Amino acid sequence: MTETLVKPSVAPGVRLGRISFVWRPWMLLVAVVLAALAFLLFCLSLSIGDFSIPLPRVVATLLGGGKRVDQFVIMDLRLPRALVGLIVGIVLGVSGALTQSLARNPLASPDVLGITWGASAAAVAMVTVSGAVEITGSLGLSTAALIGGVATGLLVYALAWRRGIDGFRLILIGVSVGAFMEAITTWLLVGANLRDVARAQAWMIGSLDGRSWSDVWLVLGGGLVLLAIVWAAAFQLKPMHFGDDVAAGLGVRQNLVRAVLMLCAVLLAGFAVSAAGPIPFIALVAPQIAMRVSRFPTPPLVASGLVGAALLLASDLLARTLLPIALPVGVVTAVIGGPFLIYLLVRSNLRRAS
Amino acid sequence: MTTTDNTRVEAPSRLGAQGITVGYGDRAVLSGLDVAIPTGQVTTIIGPNGCGKSTLLRTLSRLLKPTTGTVLLDGQDIARLKTKDVAKKLGLLPQAPIAPDGLTVADLVARGRHPHQSWLRQWSSDDDQTVAEALTMTGVADLADRPVDALSGGQRQRVWISMTLAQGTDLLLLDEPTTYLDLAHALDVLDLVDDLQEAGRTVVMVLHDLNLAVRYSDQLIVMTQGRILAQGHPRDVISAELLHEAFGLNARVIDDPVSDRPMIVPIGRNHVR
Repeated sequence: MTETLVKPSVAPGVRLGRISFVWRPWMLLVAVVLAALAFLLFCLSLSIGDFSIPLPRVVATLLGGGKRVDQFVIMDLRLPRALVGLIVGIVLGVSGALTQSLARNPLASPDVLGITWGASAAAVAMVTVSGAVEITGSLGLSTAALIGGVATGLLVYALAWRRGIDGFRLILIGVSVGAFMEAITTWLLVGANLRDVARAQAWMIGSLDGRSWSDVWLVLGGGLVLLAIVWAAAFQLKPMHFGDDVAAGLGVRQNLVRAVLMLCAVLLAGFAVSAAGPIPFIALVAPQIAMRVSRFPTPPLVASGLVGAALLLASDLLARTLLPIALPVGVVTAVIGGPFLIYLLVRSNLRRAS
Repeated sequence: MTTTDNTRVEAPSRLGAQGITVGYGDRAVLSGLDVAIPTGQVTTIIGPNGCGKSTLLRTLSRLLKPTTGTVLLDGQDIARLKTKDVAKKLGLLPQAPIAPDGLTVADLVARGRHPHQSWLRQWSSDDDQTVAEALTMTGVADLADRPVDALSGGQRQRVWISMTLAQGTDLLLLDEPTTYLDLAHALDVLDLVDDLQEAGRTVVMVLHDLNLAVRYSDQLIVMTQGRILAQGHPRDVISAELLHEAFGLNARVIDDPVSDRPMIVPIGRNHVR
């Protein structure tokens, strides 16, 4: 082919030896700003409380210095809560970005797909039926939630499978299974004694209250392993935004890639729920916000995680400071997320109509 | 089966099928079908709705797995090849592909390089060069920064073909590349197919419009009810009898006043002088 014409503008590349990637300065800038924002909110979360510590002292303490009192308040009392918020936010954002990418539908998120409700049902069953929580403590509750979430995710995926996965079908089945799980949860609560009901309901709203280091380790460990797998497989995800046939034509073993990434998304959501309870809407909203600020047509994984973290930490701050009584963070995310879901539905209706 | 009587120098076929049976569930769509795709030519599969033309194309591209028989790509069973290696030899444009809203033309076409990339090597200078060539060849270079969803149907189809070209394969399989396009845009896309063939590529496509298929193909594969009725140059294959047998269509075949090909004039129940 003769190349006499002006070379068309293709994405600029960065090449370092054998490594090369497309240079997207705007996305990088957005990611840096989001990371800074998430870190600021993280520090604010450590700074605010009954005993207020100014931000410079928070940073100094995090870096290993600071006064004895600051060290105690931050490292022992507040850091687990802030860390769980940060990690759960990232994990929910990435989980949402994966499910929305794989289903090719902005409504697909772990909460809409029923995963969160399955985790709730299992946790509530643990509290009310067996009374095993008395023996196993919060770790038992977390494990039950994790297993419930993953089992529900796999069930939804299996039911939606029909020679491939259709995003819309996946969502319909997810909503149905989620409703079923909600019904089981309600049924369990009706039959339970009042003390268990109070305990289960406190957990079900989703909260970062009273998190301990053991909550941090579980979600941190699980999250890191899964995010590493997602990072390794993300390259194969790119062609899957164009549909199954195109992806297959471009040499992607799509059934394998989709199964691995879907399992990662479900497990990530399971870990998040097990650490902080079913916090609604973060996984739905974060990827959509990340797409808009990154000006990218598909949910960007890194930015989605960072938006998730910033959203969750900001919601937690609001929940703690807005009213005289501290609200659970799940209430705030629902208040923000509900209207956003309506906005998404209206927008997609408008697009279909045009 | 009609034999080929072609003046071109025939290169050995690189893509073909031997005794393939393909079905959905219990229903066999193709049963025991043999076909060889001539190299360096434009081959079009035609046939009535539901005759299995798309199924044949999808089986040749490995999207569908035959229950018996084999699809051979360069003499190897395609089912035993790695998905990625198939993608380096064979480009595929499925029916009505979808692009995420807001994706730019350059980004879509760049995705065509996927089989040549890896986790570490996501954008080499080869990629850059090939994508630029693909954009230029399909005449969409000026649109590189525009979002795909803002383009007209004809432009969009050119962009998708450009992505398939960026894959850098000599074999291209296009499933109904002119669907939803008006006649002028359909001609535009088929002229592009001509260019691709002249640049040395082998093209296999499915078309609905018989006269366009006759005009733009070196080879026709005429199918009906899951089998191949005839294969060969349009001049050798197209006749009123064949059209009746394949489509149940009454038609007169005349000389095309424009090209050196036959032209089909369909006859319905009314409107006859």
